[in-house]
Amino acid sequence: MPASVTLTNLGKSFGTTAALTDVTAAIGAGQITGLVGPDGAGKTTLLRLIAGLLTPDKGTLEVLGHAATDRDAVRGDIGYMPQRFGLYEDLTVQENLNLQADLHDLDEAARSERFATLLQFTGLAPFSRRLAGQLSGGMKQKLGLACALLPRPKLLLLDEPSAGVDPASRRELWRIVRTMAGTGVAIVWSTAYLDEAERCDSFLLLDGGRLLASGSPSDFTRRLEGRTFLIDLPERQRHRVQREAAALPSIADATIQGRSLRLVLKEGSALPDLSELVGARALPRPTRPRFEDAFVSLLLADRPPVSAPGIQATSAPSADGIAIEARDLTRDFGKFRAVDKVSFTVRPGEIFGLLGPNGAGKSTTFRMLCGLLAPSAGSAHVAGVDLGRARATARERIGYMSQKFSLYGNLSVRDNLDFFSGVYGLAGRRRSSRIAWTIESFDLGSVADLEAGTLPLGFKQRLALGCALLHEPQVLFLDEPTSGVDPLMRREFWSRIGGLADGGVTVLVTSHFMEEAEYCDRLGIVYAGRMIASGSPDAMKQRFVTAALPEPTLEDAFVGLIREHDAERQGAAAA
Amino acid sequence: MWRRIAALILKEFKMLWKDRKSRMVLVVPPLVQLVLFGSAATFEVSNAALGLWIEDRARPAQELVSRFEASPAFHVVARFDNPQAVREALDTQRVKAVLHVGQTFSADVAAGRHARVQLLLDGRKSNAALILQSYALGIVESYNLARVGQAAVELNMHPRAWFNPNFDSRWFILPGLTVLLTIVAILLITALSVARERELGTFEQLLVTPLRPMEILVGKTVPALCIGFVEANLIAALACFAYGVPFVGSVVLFNVAIAVFVLSAVGIGLVISSVAKTQQQAILGVFLFLSPAMVLSGFTTPIANMPDWAQALTHLNPIRYMVTLSRGIFLQDLSWALAWPQLWPMALIGCVTLGYATWLFSRRLE
Repeated sequence: MPASVTLTNLGKSFGTTAALTDVTAAIGAGQITGLVGPDGAGKTTLLRLIAGLLTPDKGTLEVLGHAATDRDAVRGDIGYMPQRFGLYEDLTVQENLNLQADLHDLDEAARSERFATLLQFTGLAPFSRRLAGQLSGGMKQKLGLACALLPRPKLLLLDEPSAGVDPASRRELWRIVRTMAGTGVAIVWSTAYLDEAERCDSFLLLDGGRLLASGSPSDFTRRLEGRTFLIDLPERQRHRVQREAAALPSIADATIQGRSLRLVLKEGSALPDLSELVGARALPRPTRPRFEDAFVSLLLADRPPVSAPGIQATSAPSADGIAIEARDLTRDFGKFRAVDKVSFTVRPGEIFGLLGPNGAGKSTTFRMLCGLLAPSAGSAHVAGVDLGRARATARERIGYMSQKFSLYGNLSVRDNLDFFSGVYGLAGRRRSSRIAWTIESFDLGSVADLEAGTLPLGFKQRLALGCALLHEPQVLFLDEPTSGVDPLMRREFWSRIGGLADGGVTVLVTSHFMEEAEYCDRLGIVYAGRMIASGSPDAMKQRFVTAALPEPTLEDAFVGLIREHDAERQGAAAA
Repeated sequence: MWRRIAALILKEFKMLWKDRKSRMVLVVPPLVQLVLFGSAATFEVSNAALGLWIEDRARPAQELVSRFEASPAFHVVARFDNPQAVREALDTQRVKAVLHVGQTFSADVAAGRHARVQLLLDGRKSNAALILQSYALGIVESYNLARVGQAAVELNMHPRAWFNPNFDSRWFILPGLTVLLTIVAILLITALSVARERELGTFEQLLVTPLRPMEILVGKTVPALCIGFVEANLIAALACFAYGVPFVGSVVLFNVAIAVFVLSAVGIGLVISSVAKTQQQAILGVFLFLSPAMVLSGFTTPIANMPDWAQALTHLNPIRYMVTLSRGIFLQDLSWALAWPQLWPMALIGCVTLGYATWLFSRRLE
């Protein structure tokens, strides 16, 4: 396969921070190359270098047979779709396409032919008169893709096209891009979702600006062949079992996957006897290694293994056996009903996940439950308190951590802790002992006097969680806590959350991220403002087991549930 | 409750102190403006470029011309002998005014006839032109007196200006500027602080803590109040000691007035910030408020000269009252009784804006 892009010892710095260091790789024509890595790994920088929007500091870059210095020759052959698709939200779908065609000087004949193909191809034909701003996230991405494909590029650069898109639309995007690759276009698809790497023909794995691995995903995971197992978990203390298994010398990685424990053995180690941990009846079953397993074992080679001590929760769970109860929660924004009669309950010590695509109403539900938004109808009880009656009392019992790690960046770690303990009304000895506890349990002693904004992502995440736990809440709300962080950090984070749950703290998580959902005890799938299904991740997957698909993923289950729901609604409408 | 508010206030001060940019906004622009207004901005016209077009060489004409040459208001930069040259010099703004003495001037004076001189002014700068005109009239007047002799004059006016005997325009500008610089700083601090928290996501974090909207407002108001005090007193002190503006009134009254004024400004800042989603919008909001509020404050142009509807609008503007108070306290030793009519409308505006901000804050949660 001829290389469309060749990178040799490529480096790029912004000020004193190196965004990319010494990257050497080739990107083939007719292939989908996955540019994989956590947030801040250098994916966007690399794409912008290839697109000619940045110039490299070091090394050479050859794109479609031309050197980086000679970009005008190839500009028309590169399609680039930035993360925030360059759409004009106040123009219609058709007007956006027209504009792109004008910008590329397409003549009438080429225009009408390509519009027809692309609209049909992306399934946007029925929506050509709709304003781009009123499309769903998935349709916006498809329109962005159509705009990038309009000039018939030979190289297509896609910057996180699937971020925040629901799984069904994500599959559509993959189908479109796969077809394009079939016509000989070289495609670079950047993503923070590790499961997507497995769908690519080849991948470049970036971490901290360095190329950690590259090649074909199957070769990458094959190294772990025979070293990955699933084993059933006991009903209770699942997180403790997971922590203890992870600490065993022969185990490289142990994660909770539904009701099972996923184990990755260290190279050359034999499977240890786990009967003490999981009981004698549970037998390990071999399973197919995933991209994430390979990534984690590679990261563990550089970094010391994660030591995330379990956190002893000190708050007493509420007596009535219900920590969170939503009853017919409804919220209208003008004429639009964002959430429609959502009901569910969460028991103390349970980790409950609200899962759904962006715009489905999960964030609105979440915000109503933590008191940031008043419901239009229905009621919410959290930690034994009716949010409609005593919101302030409820707030003393809940902790909240947002996706953006809402910290005061120019204050030191200690100042942040001082402030949050103060607004939670802690004082005197309790205040100082809670702050000391947080610094110790979250291993923040070495950075206590540094400004929070300058800390690496992992420290920020720990500090944000620490701040949310200062007042020993009974219920913890997490808003997409680990999207885009690297898998080791995600493990460390969830191991702490698991410890909290074992100690009786109830956790409500919202996410559109399947990997995060696997950590939950139970899930509620929110779609089009309704909760269309709830249950354990395993039970959801179980429903979609077929002969062709013996081990369905959570995403398979999700797509299946949404399809069933749509079919039901159509059936109801027809009747 | 007070413990939570205290934590919030402490945090606000720490953030202001640690953020270099906020510190700069509080210190540098006010100083620069003070220096600019104190030194460069003045309503007096001196050394205006004057052109002479003298067609009469006799003694009476020379006498008049030498009076113009001796005046500190004018500075002769050109002499012309034809109207085209005069036109060109005015067109290109080489001169601000041209004195034209016709051929018959001296003859007319000698004969006791009505003698005429012409002053051509650049009306594009109407304010300066008016002032130059009055200077020129003064010179002509004194020339007349000298010609006619004291005995002939029965009426003799001795004007004395109270509060600002030399019409020093700094005395007029700096007390008002103290008010303006204070409100700019206060509006920026309050409007930006909430908008910044909203951008960072920390605002939501605050809203899920037991802090009530009212407590957040108090926590945001107290630091702004303190900074307003420091800022106003500092600028007032600089105006007195660096620029020699007298401060004859009561320091206590000045600070009471500043407190009421800052509260009304904080209310406006908080209303802007509860509407703005980003810091950019907050800054735009501040300037959208400030530009008309400056015009309607009486800082540069007298309110009495405005049309009735604009005068009515100035009553909604807290700056208007504080500028009046500030000038009164600086120059006049304003009594509490005279200050009261200015104080209560400001307090009323403060109650309305702070109340409205509280309502907006709580409504955001619904």
